[in-house]
Amino acid sequence: MGEWMTVTDPDLSSENKNICQYTSETKMSPSSLYSQQVLCSSIPLSKNVHSFFSAFCTEENIEQSISYLDQELTTFGFPSLYEESKGKDTKRELNIVAVLNCMNELLVLQRKNLLAQENVETQNLKLGSDMDHLQNCYAKLKEQLETSRREMIGLQERDRQLQCKNRNLHQLLKNEKDEVQKLQNIIASRATQYNHDMKRKEREYNKLKERLHQLVMNKKDKKIAMEVLNYVGRADGKRGSWRTGKTEARNEDEMYKILLNDYEYRQKQILMENAELKKVLQQMKKEMISLLSPQKQKPRERADDSTGTVISDAEEDAGELSRESMWDLSCETVREQLTNSIRKQWRILKSHVEKLDNQVSKVHLEGFNDEDVISRQDHEQETEKLELEIQQCKEMIKTQQQLLQQQLATACDDDTTSLLRDCYLLEEKERLKEEWSLFKEQKKNFEKERRSFTEAAIRLGLEKTISIHYPLWVGFLLRKAFEEERASWLKQQFLNMTTFDHQNSENMKLFSAFSGSSDRDSLTVHSRPRQKKPHGVSNGSPVRTSKLTKSLPASPSTSDFCQTRSCASEHSSINVLNITPEETKPNPVGREGTNQKWSRASRPASQEGCYSGRSSTCTNSHVEKDDLP
Amino acid sequence: MPRGTRALIGCAMLPSSSLPAAEVAVAPVVPALTFAGPGSAAAMNFSEVFKLSSLLCKFSPDGKYLASCVQYRLVIRDVNTLQILQLYTCLDQIQHIEWSADSLFILCAMYKRGLVQVWSLEQPEWHCRIDEGSAGLVASCWSPDGRHILNTTEFHLRITVWSLCTKSVSYIKYPKACQQGITFTRDGRYMALAERRDCKDHVSVFVCSDWQLLRHFDTETQDLAGIEWAPNGCVLAVWDTCLEYKVLLYSLDGRLLSAYCAYEWSLGVKSVAWSPSSQFLAVGSYDGKVVYKEAEKNPRLALGRLAFPPPRAAAGPASTTESKYEIASAPVSLQTLKPIADRANPKIGIGALAFSPDNYFLATRNDSVPNAVWIWDVQKLRLFVVLEQLSPVRSFQWDPQQPRLAICTGGGKVYLWSPAGCVSVQVPGEGDFQVLSLCWHFSGDSLALLSKDHFCLCFLETEERVGTAFGRPGDHT
Repeated sequence: MGEWMTVTDPDLSSENKNICQYTSETKMSPSSLYSQQVLCSSIPLSKNVHSFFSAFCTEENIEQSISYLDQELTTFGFPSLYEESKGKDTKRELNIVAVLNCMNELLVLQRKNLLAQENVETQNLKLGSDMDHLQNCYAKLKEQLETSRREMIGLQERDRQLQCKNRNLHQLLKNEKDEVQKLQNIIASRATQYNHDMKRKEREYNKLKERLHQLVMNKKDKKIAMEVLNYVGRADGKRGSWRTGKTEARNEDEMYKILLNDYEYRQKQILMENAELKKVLQQMKKEMISLLSPQKQKPRERADDSTGTVISDAEEDAGELSRESMWDLSCETVREQLTNSIRKQWRILKSHVEKLDNQVSKVHLEGFNDEDVISRQDHEQETEKLELEIQQCKEMIKTQQQLLQQQLATACDDDTTSLLRDCYLLEEKERLKEEWSLFKEQKKNFEKERRSFTEAAIRLGLEKTISIHYPLWVGFLLRKAFEEERASWLKQQFLNMTTFDHQNSENMKLFSAFSGSSDRDSLTVHSRPRQKKPHGVSNGSPVRTSKLTKSLPASPSTSDFCQTRSCASEHSSINVLNITPEETKPNPVGREGTNQKWSRASRPASQEGCYSGRSSTCTNSHVEKDDLP
Repeated sequence: MPRGTRALIGCAMLPSSSLPAAEVAVAPVVPALTFAGPGSAAAMNFSEVFKLSSLLCKFSPDGKYLASCVQYRLVIRDVNTLQILQLYTCLDQIQHIEWSADSLFILCAMYKRGLVQVWSLEQPEWHCRIDEGSAGLVASCWSPDGRHILNTTEFHLRITVWSLCTKSVSYIKYPKACQQGITFTRDGRYMALAERRDCKDHVSVFVCSDWQLLRHFDTETQDLAGIEWAPNGCVLAVWDTCLEYKVLLYSLDGRLLSAYCAYEWSLGVKSVAWSPSSQFLAVGSYDGKVVYKEAEKNPRLALGRLAFPPPRAAAGPASTTESKYEIASAPVSLQTLKPIADRANPKIGIGALAFSPDNYFLATRNDSVPNAVWIWDVQKLRLFVVLEQLSPVRSFQWDPQQPRLAICTGGGKVYLWSPAGCVSVQVPGEGDFQVLSLCWHFSGDSLALLSKDHFCLCFLETEERVGTAFGRPGDHT
């Protein structure tokens, strides 16, 4: 629309202008000026037009007006207002239709013009504002330009000043340098002068000295003398030798000998140092190779790893290791090899350690593994179970005690029996006490072990070595089995105690002695398959048990207990040893514990050995202790 | 009589903290005898005070005798009983004494008279008098064999070598008058002598056994100031005058092994000390730095140098009546002297250097900080401790047997430092005993303290061997 407007408008206006000019040229009507004004100013005011028209045409000049209009209109290309004449002479008639048409045409034109004018006006306004805006912009930019130009001038001025300053400083520096040079020259010249003078003076001084010396010597100064009572021997006991060429040569020789000795000493030291360092290097290399070789497979699997290439070198080095003796022979040739291989190994080690560090950090982030948690739970369960068993054992003992007391309560009238009873009582009490303490100890130890195990488990969990847990479990199982056995044995004993009477005691002794040993055997046999799993211990255990039975003819319970205990503890200790070096701490404790038990266990045995003579007839309740001949 | 006043002094050893600890001194006179380092208890006993003149008091090299001078009398005492064994009377006031290396003879020099008198310990009636006559005498010393005496005449005209075995007299001309112009190797085989001929410095190496000239070479020095053999006797350190920083190392056969110059123009070397291992040389210079330098063969490699930083740590002073060492933490300001610029021999620079016998420590004194002694850990090449005293340090000396430093400041106290701690002990007795100098007995068991007119012995009894008592310095750092 706008485009069209811009295209059409100038045409219209030009057309209008042409019309105006044309009219002004052609017609000199009184109101033509006015009409022209109207057309040009194009401010159509209906009132004006109306008044104009009213003024234009009057009653008198209708004809003229019409002819005028006709003329005008025809010049504008409108059809004539008159009807077409038939003849030249005839007066032309006004054609109303044509007039009306013209009028309509004019009105339409007028409307069109108004519209166009409006458009042009808005266009004009728009352009005007655009113009203003652009002018503003222009002004602003001009201002900016001005300021930047000013700034530039300022900067240039500053630059110039700085350059000027710099030049001055350079000049100053140069001056200073010159000054320094001058001063140095002065110093040098003075120094040379001074040296010269000094030399002169020194020469004079030397001359004087010489002269003085001569004087002092020539004066035959009697004072210059040495009074000695008698000459003393030389410190080395030798006589002074004459100075000859020989002594000179000897002195030279000695001097060179001393120097040579010094150099030799130093060389020796250096050699020693070298040897030491070489040894260290070789040791380091060996250790590195041994350290890194088990990990070779792993990184190789990860072929993309950067270490892959280095690993092959490591292998080479491993091969070189066999040729190590060669190194001792020729250091020169192998030195480079050695250092290079060490460097390689070191790189591997470094990368490996870094990897491990990364892993550790990862593990730390991940936290505890599920497996570890489970194992720990297992531990707890197991310890709970063990505690429960201990509790049961305790109860058993309690009931035993009660029964014993009941037995005691059924008093005998017989003095001898009472005496025997007393005797028995004492012994039994003691034995029970002993057993009680034993149990307590046991409990304590269990507790201790439980603690250490849990600790170990935690650490183990951290190190992800679940496989190592296994022997621990075997130890636990062993102990558990033993506990069960013990409980059953106690039950048996209790039953024996209650059911058998004095008369059977002798038989029982024999039997029990036999059964005891057989029991033990069975126990060891029993325990052996279990011990097979924890490696290395199974071989030792039978020997141990045999020793035990020999050296400790005590109750099978205690001995067995000790044996199994020690086995168990050894398992644990071995396992613990396998785990970490830090873990060895609880280990000695455990051993001590067992040792204590040994002593404890042996003590009652010996005591009872002493007592057995008397107690043998008493009851069969302590039959098992009467193994002593 | 022996050990008359057995003043018992007790002091607690302060554990010396590692690096920047410093201390100032203590010891109330209390009748308790132990200052206990870790693992040992030591007692300090003081002998009675004997008369002395000119600070002349010396232990014999074998450690059996103690020679001291009172005016013109020479007194020889037994070191243990302090009983007078011999009393010799000289012709004039004694100005210098020196034991022969075998402890059989002792020479007394009377420079004013140009006289040297030699006394024998074995034969009291034996005597020897050497008169330099009009030539004058400025220095006298024994040759290492103990049978020759080297006398330097006035104006350094010559050195006369007098033999006690034969009538022979030898002259060595052109000795140089300098700080330390004569030096013997430790084994007594060779003597190096600085000479000046034709305005050039030379060094002559003599064989001591027959005074034969072994080597003679000129040194690349402007004005040689001192020479010193390395303890192994194979390397000779030569340093130039303070105007030029230059340290040269020569082999026994006169080859130049290395030369070292830290800087130019300003004042240079002030003191030089060899480490007991002969491997290192410490050079103290006027700029207050110590250069600890490997004395290696190749001059290019020679600079295993380390300049010790200027003062870093020290301690606050204690009250005068009762002094004690205070351990001060790191940044401590030391009392420094402002050197007087327009005077010669300004009091700046490292004026004294001493290695401990075990090669672990180096004690230094900066003359512009006269109250402090720096002790450096030579193995780790770092400052170990700074001991600030209340008054300027007069002298310090290492125990010949162990890392233990005795310091005196001209006051009434003697200060001992070891890696285990430090202690200050008041010298007992009436009147003021101002310790101006001290010297150790070679066993390290006793210490002679010298004042202007008196001396006394300080016995340090340790219950066990002290090497273990004080432990290695590594343990403490």
